[in-house]
Order: sequence, then structure tokens, then C-alpha cells
Amino acid sequence: MSIFCSLRQLSVTYGRGAAAALDGVDLDIAAGERLAIIGESGSGKSTLARALAGLLPDGATVGGEMLWPGLGHPPRPGRDFGFVFQDPGSSLNPVLTIGEQIAEGARRHLGLGWKQAYIRAEELLGRVRIPQPDKAMRAFPHQLSGGQRQRVAIAAAIAARPALLIADEATSALDVVVQAEIVRLLDGLVREDGMTLLFITHDIALASGFVDRIAVFCNARLVEAGPVRSVLSAPKSDYTAALIASHRDLATPPLIAEMLP
Amino acid sequence: MKRAIILLRRRAISSIPVLLIVVIFTFFLLESASGDAVDAYLGSVGGGDSALVQSLRESYGLDQSMLARLWLYLSSLARLDLGWSVAFGRPVGALIAERLPNTLLLMGSATALSFGLGSALGILAGARPGSLRDRLLSIGSLIVYAIPSFWLGLVLSIAFSVKLRWFPIAGVETIASGKTGFSRALDIADHLVLPVGALAFIYLALFLRVMRSGMAEAWKLDFVLFARAKGLSRSRIVLRHVARNALLPLVTMLGLQSAAMLGGSVVIESVFAIPGFGRLAQEAVNGRDAPLLMGIVVTSAILVISVNFLVDLVYAALDPRIGASEGGA
Amino acid sequence: MSRLQRLLSTPEGVTGLAILLVLLSAGLLAPILSPGDPLKIAGHALLTPFSDPAFPLGTDRLGRDVLAGLLYGARTSLAVGLAAAFSAMVLGLCVGMAAGFAGGLVDEALMRVVDAFQIVPAFLLALAFVSTIGVSTPVVVLAIALGTWADPARLTRAQVLAIREQDYVASARVIGMHPAEIAFREILPNALPPVLALSATIVAGAILTEAALSFLGLGNPNIATWGSMIAEGRSVLRSASYLSVIPGAALAITVLGVHLFSEGLGKALGDDDARAA
Repeated sequence: MSIFCSLRQLSVTYGRGAAAALDGVDLDIAAGERLAIIGESGSGKSTLARALAGLLPDGATVGGEMLWPGLGHPPRPGRDFGFVFQDPGSSLNPVLTIGEQIAEGARRHLGLGWKQAYIRAEELLGRVRIPQPDKAMRAFPHQLSGGQRQRVAIAAAIAARPALLIADEATSALDVVVQAEIVRLLDGLVREDGMTLLFITHDIALASGFVDRIAVFCNARLVEAGPVRSVLSAPKSDYTAALIASHRDLATPPLIAEMLP
Repeated sequence: MKRAIILLRRRAISSIPVLLIVVIFTFFLLESASGDAVDAYLGSVGGGDSALVQSLRESYGLDQSMLARLWLYLSSLARLDLGWSVAFGRPVGALIAERLPNTLLLMGSATALSFGLGSALGILAGARPGSLRDRLLSIGSLIVYAIPSFWLGLVLSIAFSVKLRWFPIAGVETIASGKTGFSRALDIADHLVLPVGALAFIYLALFLRVMRSGMAEAWKLDFVLFARAKGLSRSRIVLRHVARNALLPLVTMLGLQSAAMLGGSVVIESVFAIPGFGRLAQEAVNGRDAPLLMGIVVTSAILVISVNFLVDLVYAALDPRIGASEGGA
Repeated sequence: MSRLQRLLSTPEGVTGLAILLVLLSAGLLAPILSPGDPLKIAGHALLTPFSDPAFPLGTDRLGRDVLAGLLYGARTSLAVGLAAAFSAMVLGLCVGMAAGFAGGLVDEALMRVVDAFQIVPAFLLALAFVSTIGVSTPVVVLAIALGTWADPARLTRAQVLAIREQDYVASARVIGMHPAEIAFREILPNALPPVLALSATIVAGAILTEAALSFLGLGNPNIATWGSMIAEGRSVLRSASYLSVIPGAALAITVLGVHLFSEGLGKALGDDDARAA
């Protein structure tokens, strides 16, 4: 598989004299793969997502390199990558219709007129399984549930057919049942469109159910990365082992299945 | 539309106790004056004998007890009768109806101008908070907001009426000019440029500041980051996302300022000798004309209630989250 | 850094404080700088500014010293502005606290009264009040306060309602604190800051209202006020415009000083909150 993005000794520091939020990360992201970034709070996983997207706040210093062999240039927001945030309640503009919020990305990057952009938005609403897409187009965010809002956010993020989708804790603010639905949706979309997916989460069980590779972060460093099956069955670092152990219980059949020889 | 009518009815009903308090308080306030309208009238005509005083008092109902007069006033108010002005010798209602249009024209134009220009400049400032443009506009608006409107009116008339002779110095139209239709409208507009300018300039500064601070707050919200992550154009983010949200506190401020603007028209009309509602208030005060003053206070209260209602309607139209509980999604 | 130092580190705070100090000293030193009654006739009429060293800012139609009027006018503006704002705040706080605590019918009734005072334009109310009761300075202060107390009342009530539900109030009740004690020791100190932030706007508004009232001839006629000076200058607007322009400029600078000071204060105290968070 070709490499979509290559990180060489990537470091990020917020402000002067503060501890590094990311420290010397070497990681390759293959095109079309689904990669999970696992870590607890403060591990640097969100910083990695923002750094890749160029959405770091002012005052953040970036060291090392980010190479984009697949694109040939850093990814442009909307056009080359889509970003889904954690809190669907605040990602969407409360005074605009959800139809407009999905269509505006398509219009900007695909050169569509408003009418065509709205048609595409309605199609996308269907793809993310929002019931009655035609009515939903004119609805406002406060009229939808949390899970539905996140679906809308996903639709808006992929409206311009980007090559990369970054989901930064996209399920963490949702109920467990809804989490599984969103994960299934992401999996399906990414497969259909051949997008590269970066799934950032603290929930190793949730991620390992569908991704190809996982990368574990701890204290701003990359601890371990590899195909999900091998990392789970034979973790190279103690931290990863502890992470897996804390999730192992009778309710997670996939993990137990992997543990069998 | 139907929802608007329901809200109107509800608002009208809930306003009645408030209006009642306004009337009662103003009534007792004016009662505590040492002389009444008859005294003022007599003062202006050089006195009169006790028989004249008695008959005048009787005809204006000023010889009855306080509570009786309050009851009389309230019952005539219910019939939309605002009483009789002693100083002018005419019904209060007619006087107000005559003068109000000028003030509404003045205030309406000033509001439109200050709101439009103020929000536009506020957007310019708020598009890039902390930039040089922002700092200049913020400091400028702070200075303008400190200027007393009546003094600004005087300064403008010195500059443009006296020295440059571009605009007339007083009045709302050229008296006895016999103009009609379009040329009359132009004449009135010509006379109103300076007063509207004086009134609007100050409120422009206020609206600029509110829009700017609203935008500074809106920039911090998550959906702006989401819009940036979608790669939208800067102008779209500034206008459709940030400014559109900052519009809400601005509309609220518009409602809050309507009472202040009406009060401000009193001095501006005095400076420019405009025969309007505000000027009428001053004349009522000078003539110690309690019924007229009462009528003016009641009318102002109703005006402010109406403007607030309209502003609430506009706000509900702009913010889809409002009315969700009332009208249903 | 102490709060004062933080205030002084902002350009708004420094400028505002400087302006206010100049005005305060002008007002306090008025009897020394310009002894005697500012309303007495001092020299020739209509002297232009800077033409006569005895009258640096000229004289008006009756020969009264403009500088003296300016200095004594500063006293009036500041005194009335501060007194009116203080009264409005105290009244607003009391009513707001009472409404917030009492709840129920008392709350409803008080809020209708607050509505009534917010609906009538403040200037109209002050006009009616002064014209009815009289033009002495305490009456002017009360008139202005009556027009402005409604906003602090509403804000205080909102604060009280929000704070009442907080956990630290509940725990105070549990340990048996007397309701009045809870009100003054737990709730009031926390309700105060946003309401105090309003005070600068109220002071500025009070100063402008007092000026407008005296401009219309409804201020105390026995003291020098900037508003009455501006009104006086109207009759000679064409020939001696400086008579209206100078006091108005003083007014604008005063109000600007108040606003700048409050912005600087807001920034200095805002850092406080950010630090505490």
C-alpha cells in the first residue's frame, strides 16, 4: 500500500517552556487504511489530530516533519481532509439549517451551485442514515439528537469527497449504543469511498472492533503501533498490555477471540 | 403569522399590569406638584379671581379628590381618551397624534442608520479581533459613545448649518412652503439630516461595540472551528457563521435601547426645534400640564412595549431555538 | 501584581484613571483655582479664549468666567453622577435581592414594578420628576436614579436566583445559618461583581442625563453646570460657538474617562477570574 502521510520526529509544544504535547513521533499512515490512535487524556492523541489538520491554536510550535507523499502538499481543510469533533452539540452552527451546513462544503470545494450542493447534501443525509432526509434538510441542529447531530457532522465533513477523514473522539460524547452505530457508519463510509480514516479514541475496545491498525500513545510519545490483531494478542509494551487488561471482560468477545491461539 | 398574533395577544395582556403601575405611579407623582395646570395657566395669563379659578377647576375636574380623579383617568384611558390639555386647550390624544409622526420619522431613520452602519462597521472590526482595524474602530466608537447627543447636534449645526450652510438649522420642514409630494419629502429629509445624524452617530458607536464584542465571543465557539475544518472561505465564515450569531445579542440591544432613544429625542428635538413628541414633553413640563404629561408617559410606555414586541418577533425569526417550545418543531 | 498595578498596565486603565483624577482635582480645587461664585459676573462679556490672561477660556454673554464654570461644573457632574449611580445601585440591589429571595407573588409584583421603570424612558421619567418636585440637586439625583435602578435590580435578581441553587448555599443552610446571614455572607458577595460591572455605564449615563436636564433648564439654577453652560451658548452660537463647544468637550472627555477606566478595570479584574479558574 502507498503511504498517505509520513511523520518524522513530529513534536508539538504549546507555549514557551511548557512540556511537549507530542514528542518525537515517527508514524506512517497508509492510504486507504483505518488507523486508530489510542491514548488517555493528555497522551497527545488530539494534538496529533490537530497537527495533521493544521488546526493547532496560535502559539503552538511544531518540530519535525509531516510528509504527504500521497497528496504532494499538506492537506487542505475540507478538500483533502474532513474533521469530526467530539461534541456534536457545539460543532454545528445553531442558527443555520443542517442542509446549508452540509452543502456549503460541497459548494466551496466541488464547484457546485447551491442547488446542486443541496441535492448532494440530501444524498449525504441518506448515506449517513438520517430518516426523512428531505425534511431533515430544513431542520436545525437543536431539533436532532446527539447521535443524529454527529451523523450530520460526518456528512458535512465528507461533503467535498476528501481523501482523509479524521474523527477526534467522535464517539466519546455519545451513549454506548449510539457509539456502536456511529462506528459502523464510519466503517461503511470509509470502505465505500476508499478514504483513509484516523480514529482517535481512548476506548481501545471500541476501536479494535473495526480498524486495521492501532497506534498507542502515552505521555506525548508513540508507544507502539501495528496491525490490530498482533498488538492486541502480543503487546510489545507494558502500557499497551495494561490498557488491554483494563478492558478485558466477558462482554468483549472479539478480544477474547483474539487471545485464543 | 398566526403564532405572531397569539404572542401579540399574550404580550398585550401581560403588559396591562405594567401599564397600570406606570399610570398610577405617574399620577401620584404629578399629584405631588405644588401647583396644578390651572395655576400654571393663571400664571401665564396674569392671574384671575377665585370664581374663575373655581370654575376652571370644576370644568377640568381638578376639584375632586385624588382617588376619584385617578379612577376617572383610568376609566377614560380604557376608552382610549387621554384627557384634555390645559396649556394647549386641545385633547391630549389629538396633540400627541399630531406630533408623534415627526418623532417616529426621526427615531426610525436614526435607528435604521445606526443599526445598519453600526453592524457593518462592527463586522469589519470583529472580523479580525485585535487587529489594527479593530483597535481603531473600538477606540473610535468609545470616543463617539461618550459624546452627549445634544452637544453633537449643536456642533453639527454650527458646522453644517451656520458655517457651511448646507442644511437648515431648525424645524422639520420649510414653513408655509406649500410643497407637496416628493419635493415635500425632500424638504423634510433635508431638515432631518442633522438631527438624525446627531442621534444616529451615538447609537452607531454602541451597535458597533455590541456587534464587535458579539463576534469576538462567537469566534471562540466550536462551530467556527468546524467551519474552518471544512475549509470554507474566510468571508463566509465571518459573515454566515460568526456575524450571523453575533446578530442575536445586537437585536436584543436594539430592544433595550428603544426607550433610551425615545428619551434622547426630547433633547434633539429641542436643539433642532422639531415639533415632535419629545418637544411636546418639554412643553408639557414647562406648562405644568399634568394631563398632557400623563398622556406622553403612557404613550411612551406603549410605544416601548410595541417596539420590544417587534424586536422579540425579529429575534424569534433569527434564532430557531426560540419558540421551539411554543410552536413545535 | 496587585490589582492597581494590573489596572495601570492597560492603556485604557491608565488613560481613564488619569482623566478621572484630573477631573476630580479640578472639582476639588475649584474654590482655590477660581475663588468666589462662578456665576458672578467677572469681566467683559464675550471674551474669546486665550485673549485675556485673566480669563484663559474667555467669558460668556454676561461676562462670567468660562474656566470657573468649567471647574465648578466638574464638581456638579461628578457629584451628581456618582451619587445618582450609587443610589440606583443600592436601590437595585435591595429590590433585586428581595425579589430573588422572596420568590412567588412578591417576586412577580416586584418584577412588574421593575418592568414599569424599564419601559418608561429614563429621561422622560427624570423630566417628569424634576419638573414636579423641584430643581434642587438631591431631587435631580433621585430623578436620575429612578430612571436607572431597574437594570441593576433585574441583574441582581438573576444572580440571586442562580446562586441560590449552588451547593455552597445549600450547605450553609444545612449547618443552620440564618437566612439573613446566608443572604449577606454567601450570596451577596457573589452576586455583586457583575452588578458592579454595570456601575460604570450607570455613572456615565447619569452624568449625561444631568447635563441634558440642565441643558433644558431643569437643573439647579444656582450652581454652575456644564449643561446650562451649553444652553447659554446657544443664543450666541453663530458668533461665540466656543461657549457651547468647550463645556461639551469637557463632558465628552469625562464620560470617556469613565468608560476607559471601567474597561481597564474589567480587564484587570478579568485576569483575576482567568487566574482563579
